[in-house]
Amino acid sequence: MIDRIAAFGRLGLDVVSSFGRSGRFLAGVLAGVPRPATGFPLLLKQLYAVGVLSLAIIVVSGLFIGMVLGLQGFTILSDYGSEAAIGQMIALTLVRELGPVVTALLFAGRAGSALTAEIGLMKATEQLSSMEMMGVDPLRRVIAPRLWAGFIAMPVLAVIFSVVGIWGGMLVGVDWLGVFEGSFWGNMQSSVDFVDDVLNGVIKSIVFGFVCAWIAVYQGYDCVPTSAGISSATTKTVVYSSLAVLGLDFVMTAVMFGDF
Amino acid sequence: MAQRTTEIIVGLFMVAGCAALLFLALQVSGLSPKSAESTYTIFADFNDTGGLTPRGRVSMAGVTVGAIESISLNKDTFQARVEMSIHSDIDNIPSDSSAVIRTSGLLGEQYIDISIGAEMDSLKEGDTFYSTQSAMNLERLISNFASGR
Repeated sequence: MIDRIAAFGRLGLDVVSSFGRSGRFLAGVLAGVPRPATGFPLLLKQLYAVGVLSLAIIVVSGLFIGMVLGLQGFTILSDYGSEAAIGQMIALTLVRELGPVVTALLFAGRAGSALTAEIGLMKATEQLSSMEMMGVDPLRRVIAPRLWAGFIAMPVLAVIFSVVGIWGGMLVGVDWLGVFEGSFWGNMQSSVDFVDDVLNGVIKSIVFGFVCAWIAVYQGYDCVPTSAGISSATTKTVVYSSLAVLGLDFVMTAVMFGDF
Repeated sequence: MAQRTTEIIVGLFMVAGCAALLFLALQVSGLSPKSAESTYTIFADFNDTGGLTPRGRVSMAGVTVGAIESISLNKDTFQARVEMSIHSDIDNIPSDSSAVIRTSGLLGEQYIDISIGAEMDSLKEGDTFYSTQSAMNLERLISNFASGR
């Protein structure tokens, strides 16, 4: 019995100490600002790996989600004879919620897990410690470019996701189901506000980008350097990122769009 | 991959992101570049503004001519005071015009419609509408009908 309580307490302490380590890790990464001359090419390479290579999944899922929104919205709205509001519905759903959130979930699965596995393998094969031996700070050389790349790439991906989704919705709503194009865009423009809706969505995606990249690089850096350790760290990245994204989304939605 | 190619591809990626944001700004949220249009302010007192909200539109004959700036309570008369900004090029609204709160569609948002009067003088900066008509309240309408008044 005592053992169980002790194990429970140890678990709690482990969780708290891992929070602490991740905070110290983040401070270390952010404090070690890379020199522009060497840091920029590294950042560029990571932006390519994290951002450009995620583009395909983002564009395809954005297109399909927009088309589904178009179909579902049309079915519901046509009951009330207000199919013209479909543009407004698609745009607000995508810009406020689905754009940032679905992009973040896909990003955690596509790019976050790759980051964790890569860094974890570097740790397991002792590349990180050999860098330290050579006097190269692995936080600055390996971790910082990846963290910044995730941070920069996420808002760009989320905005592209929203635009592709709106285009997909227009494809279904206007070209297929025959909603008048003028009222599609007109309703959308009169209800979507640039600062309240678009910029708040961008702020959300910046926060998600930061959190996903942080969790991914931390899990990789902190993993147990064995094959089982890397696989569990990759799993944790996806699970924690998704939970953090959905939880933070609720909090930010309440702050940004809740009327109180 | 060569450094140069990576640079170009990442550059294109960032440009695509900026273009997407521009699209969201201009096409989706209808943000027009000439946002600082010159306007003048007029007021209207309503008994009941219903679901009228700031940033709602003010229209004449169905054409949008301005926007609602703010809605506040006049503590002396207990009426709602609505401040609206009208485009400067619409400078000939007759001074006996009335402001009417209407609803677009059955469930649409509420807006102010200016119904034109016959006076030669026109409303100027800071003027208040002489007559107004409040929002139609469906519940009150039904209860009046049910009680036979």
